[in-house]
Amino acid sequence: MAPPAQSQRSPSPSQPSGKSELSDLKLQLRKFAGSRAPGVDDSKRELFKKVISYMTIGIDVSSLFGEMVMCSATSDIVLKKMCYLYVGNYAKVNPDLALLTINFLQRDCHDQDPMIRGLALRSLCSLRVANLVEYLVGPLGSGLKDSNSYVRMVAVIGVLKLYHISASTCIDADFPSMLKHLMLNDSDTQVVANCLSALQEIWSAEASRSEEAPREREALISKPVIYYLLNRIKEFSEWAQCLVLELITKYVPSDSSEIFDIMNLLEDRLQHANGAVVLATVKVFLQLTLSMTDVHQQVYERIKAPLLTLVSSGSPEQSYAVLSHLHLLVMRAPYVFSSDYKHFYCQYNEPSYVKRLKLEMLTAVANESNTYEIVTELCEYAANVDIPIARESIRAVGKIALQQYDVNAIVDRLLQFLEMDKDYVTADALVLVKDLLRKYPQWSHDCIAVVGNISSKNVQEPKAKAALIWMLGEYSQDMQDAPYILESLIENWDEEHSAEVRLHLLTAVMKCFFKRPPETQSALGAALAAGVADFHQDVHDRALFYHRILRYNVSVAERVVNPPKQAVSVFADTQSSEIKDRIFEEFNSLSVLYQKPSYMFIDKEHRGPPEFADELGNLSIGEAEDNVVPSQRVEENDKDLLLTTAEKEETRGSTGHSQQASFGIDDLLGLGMPAVPDAPPSPPQLKLNAKAALDPSTFQQKWRQLPVALSQELSLSPQAIAALTAPQALLRHMQSHSIHCIASGGQSPNFKFFFFAQKYKESSNYLVECIINTSSAKAQVKIKADDQSTSQAFSTLFESALSKFGIP
Amino acid sequence: MISQFFVLSQRGDNIVFRDYRGEVAKGSAEIFFRKVKFWKEDGQEEAPPVFNVDGVNYFHVKVVGLLFVATTRVNVSPSLVLELLQRIARVIKDYLGVLSEDSLRKNFVLVYELLDEVIDFGYVQTTSTEVLKSYVFNEPIVVDAARLQPLGPAAIFMQGTKRMPGTAVTKSVVANEPGGRKREEIFVDIIEKISVTFSSSGYILTSEIDGTIQMKSYLSGNPEIRLALNEDLSIGRGGSIYDYRSSSGSGAVILDDCNFHESVRLDSFDMDRTLSLVPADGEFPVMNYRMTQEFKPPFRINCLIEEAGQLKAEVIIKIRAEFPSNITANTVVVQMPLPKYTTRASFELEPGAVGQRTDFKEANKKLEWGLKKIVGGSEHTLRAKLTFSQESHANITKEAGPVSMTFTIPMYNVSRLQVKYLQIAKKSSSYNPYRWVRYVTQSNSYVARI
Repeated sequence: MAPPAQSQRSPSPSQPSGKSELSDLKLQLRKFAGSRAPGVDDSKRELFKKVISYMTIGIDVSSLFGEMVMCSATSDIVLKKMCYLYVGNYAKVNPDLALLTINFLQRDCHDQDPMIRGLALRSLCSLRVANLVEYLVGPLGSGLKDSNSYVRMVAVIGVLKLYHISASTCIDADFPSMLKHLMLNDSDTQVVANCLSALQEIWSAEASRSEEAPREREALISKPVIYYLLNRIKEFSEWAQCLVLELITKYVPSDSSEIFDIMNLLEDRLQHANGAVVLATVKVFLQLTLSMTDVHQQVYERIKAPLLTLVSSGSPEQSYAVLSHLHLLVMRAPYVFSSDYKHFYCQYNEPSYVKRLKLEMLTAVANESNTYEIVTELCEYAANVDIPIARESIRAVGKIALQQYDVNAIVDRLLQFLEMDKDYVTADALVLVKDLLRKYPQWSHDCIAVVGNISSKNVQEPKAKAALIWMLGEYSQDMQDAPYILESLIENWDEEHSAEVRLHLLTAVMKCFFKRPPETQSALGAALAAGVADFHQDVHDRALFYHRILRYNVSVAERVVNPPKQAVSVFADTQSSEIKDRIFEEFNSLSVLYQKPSYMFIDKEHRGPPEFADELGNLSIGEAEDNVVPSQRVEENDKDLLLTTAEKEETRGSTGHSQQASFGIDDLLGLGMPAVPDAPPSPPQLKLNAKAALDPSTFQQKWRQLPVALSQELSLSPQAIAALTAPQALLRHMQSHSIHCIASGGQSPNFKFFFFAQKYKESSNYLVECIINTSSAKAQVKIKADDQSTSQAFSTLFESALSKFGIP
Repeated sequence: MISQFFVLSQRGDNIVFRDYRGEVAKGSAEIFFRKVKFWKEDGQEEAPPVFNVDGVNYFHVKVVGLLFVATTRVNVSPSLVLELLQRIARVIKDYLGVLSEDSLRKNFVLVYELLDEVIDFGYVQTTSTEVLKSYVFNEPIVVDAARLQPLGPAAIFMQGTKRMPGTAVTKSVVANEPGGRKREEIFVDIIEKISVTFSSSGYILTSEIDGTIQMKSYLSGNPEIRLALNEDLSIGRGGSIYDYRSSSGSGAVILDDCNFHESVRLDSFDMDRTLSLVPADGEFPVMNYRMTQEFKPPFRINCLIEEAGQLKAEVIIKIRAEFPSNITANTVVVQMPLPKYTTRASFELEPGAVGQRTDFKEANKKLEWGLKKIVGGSEHTLRAKLTFSQESHANITKEAGPVSMTFTIPMYNVSRLQVKYLQIAKKSSSYNPYRWVRYVTQSNSYVARI
């Protein structure tokens, strides 16, 4: 049978003219379906290509399913592959037709050629049709035992696919334990790596419903498994190495010599050309040394050069990812990078997303020794043709000014910006000068002289205008024209679109009035009248309030509106340290790029296994954060976050309640029983389960229900205080004593932890609330227990574990 | 773990689209493209390589004007995904010889075949061209390389110079030569990208070399290769990185840091600075290095801008090539932003200038000066008379500049890092494959402030 001429018409895909084109294809496919004529495979290839090109550009070619399957009886592997691709794409929407393919796929699973066996098995598992799972179990089972590693590799991922189609079928067929066996015994490292990926995914998805899941997950990070993988790490592909390295970050070594062994073994991974391997290694180094302050610092020094090399050797996209991580490290240890500031200078041809990060980096590393150079460099960017970056640079100068002790030179530079006579430069510089004056009022004289020269007509942006108006009000006694500038601004009240500016105008004119009443009186009257008539609620209310308070008593009004101010010493940090710590825990992930912990942007079902302090955000931490967290919440209108907030509110209420209740009990008990046991800590008879697991909601529930069994104050050694730079350090230490942390937070000097432990071979739990104040070196400990009779023994154990913290 | 992979053309058309896990809705390509296209209303800023829309994380890299994109819902390592996208592009290039929209469209079935083996259910299986060869059966349809914009820094060897076999860099690793037999050859390229910033008074403010030793092997039978570098090479600098004085004059090549490809063995690197490896098929970087050691910049730039009466100014740019006269730089372009209120620029080249062009880009107020060739030791000058629409009220030097320069200098490297020899361990007297060791210096960010 000769191939029809029109199928050769165009070699490159073209849009089908419509239904007729599809039915045309259908006819041709039918013609070839049973044919064994020589050359028919080539014609089929052309047809298949056409079908797949339609599929790619989004045209629905599912109506050809039957014909495609009929044509699939071929020994030509290229044809087979195209057919598999097609079938995989449409089986889900055509479950009935998918049944047609089972037959030939199952046959191919027994082919002589391992390539065909592998391909068929992969396609079989990719059908994603729930009622076909019964056909998968057999081929998968034999695939896992296949003599060819390619087939095994495919089969392992096939098990994972099966799990996603029907979890129960997968578990019932006992595939996970087969994978575990393969992982520990297979000679092919890609098979091992796939087993690891599959097991991690399966057990974290099972975590909520199965009892063995937590145990199995623990088993993956047990010493034998970790050592087995570590010893083979160089045989793995670079991608699989990343997987293994990520697993190692979860491992808790028993002592420091083990930590050093692991680091020595992985040292050369830092010289890998693949940035993903380097970052994964860096994470291992950082996590392992968290509790060893000195070594942790050395790690920063060690990882600096490899990271900087990645920044400059990779694509701009890769440098962006690495720079984001460097930024996180710089924020944690600015002094380590302060001599490398020149690496963060912007290059003119870099994309703006890289430049932005570099500007933030320069702000972070600026200190007494390099500020002059950095600010000089930033001033160069301020004149840049790239306007967004120019503005960002000006803001960077401002930030540096606000964090330095000696701002002498910087103030001059900022004032020069005002004289540059570019609208956007003036706008940003005004905002900065305002912030600067709030912190360093002593500079008012110099600044006001320059600000006074700015024509308010050249300032259009609301933020800048508001800043200018604020200064006019605040320093009206020093600015000759202040009342008149304000007056002219008030005359144009109706043209002012920004409510923020109008609010500032009201306040400024009030302040001006208190200082220079005769000159301002008429302007004030006009402003109040316009304000009261304003359609914006806040403006209206403020105007009315001013009006009434002025009528009541002018001097009271002055005390309210313009009280003497103290210089601002520290501007509120936008991100709480708790959030920063969580981002650090999630090093080498998207959290670092988005500068948000993962619970803010990943929906629940994709969040993966909870880390050891996953629900941390749900428990209230010290007071300090409380006023920061809400602002963070407002910014985030992420649906998921709102959910979390709601949960948080609920927990906060309940923990607060139980704390109050427990205080009452403390008082009662405090009289009758000495809080601190005087007896020397006897060797603990109580044995704890090292692999205890408790989910946060159960913890919360128990904490609410149980009474306080013991409450005491412990003293901490100076070594312990020194080691407690971050909550994580203590977590790891306690974990080595089988006391697990469920939530932690706070910042120096106040840290708060919630721990739990489980009696060995029993499901009896101990819950602990531990508040540590590092300046007083005291820990407030509250213990609750399922079994009250053993709480004293547990307390002894806890005390001895805590007393060993920080002692090497 | 990724959910989808796709390649979009500059216009946003799907060229290939592969859904690995079915977790992300099908419309993701459109959502992605709209987001990238309209990242900021003013169009001034590029979208970052990673962003999140409605719980879906989008990663993308740009390669020869194409967008290589991956999506996922889980919190993965961004550098892993970005590196993977870059690597997929490289594997495709290895197979097709040339990476372009045209070659991708012609070979999309082959590309699907590759994608199926590179990633399974979102997990990376392999990105090694070598390993993939045994799984992939489609033959590439080779497109005509001459018409296409070449990819990567090694492509410069095709321009003009007759010394190099131009087809090598665009040769597929699997397709056979027209003659039927494969030619035994190996390419080692030492590519250095240099960044220099000169202050307005001509001092070097910062300088850095980002180098890479790139290898592309077409040797049969995977013989082991030994690559010897300068014996006086040392790695890591004591004290401050920017302490230039300590190293100058000693003659040694000091790298700040370097990293190596997976396949490189460093057993004798500490002793005699040799790398040994069995080169995989396809193109890969053997070693990346970074240097802040002082070096002699290949070009000196002098720039002067002066007001010349009302609404007029004059710009003089002088370029001096400070490398030996047997070396020639090519495709040199000098650019300088002019004051925003510039309306006209008239240029005056030196007498007898050949192969030079000048342009005033009205839209972004930029002066552009192109020179086809600059011979070592020569000096070139451009004068431009500017006309303004309004009087400048500030210092004119704050309104213009800086001067930036792009160039390529073949057979020259500023770091003095060298491949002393390239040994192919194959025991046969008749076996003598072609070995190409090539050097090139390129500008990365070469800027003079005024």
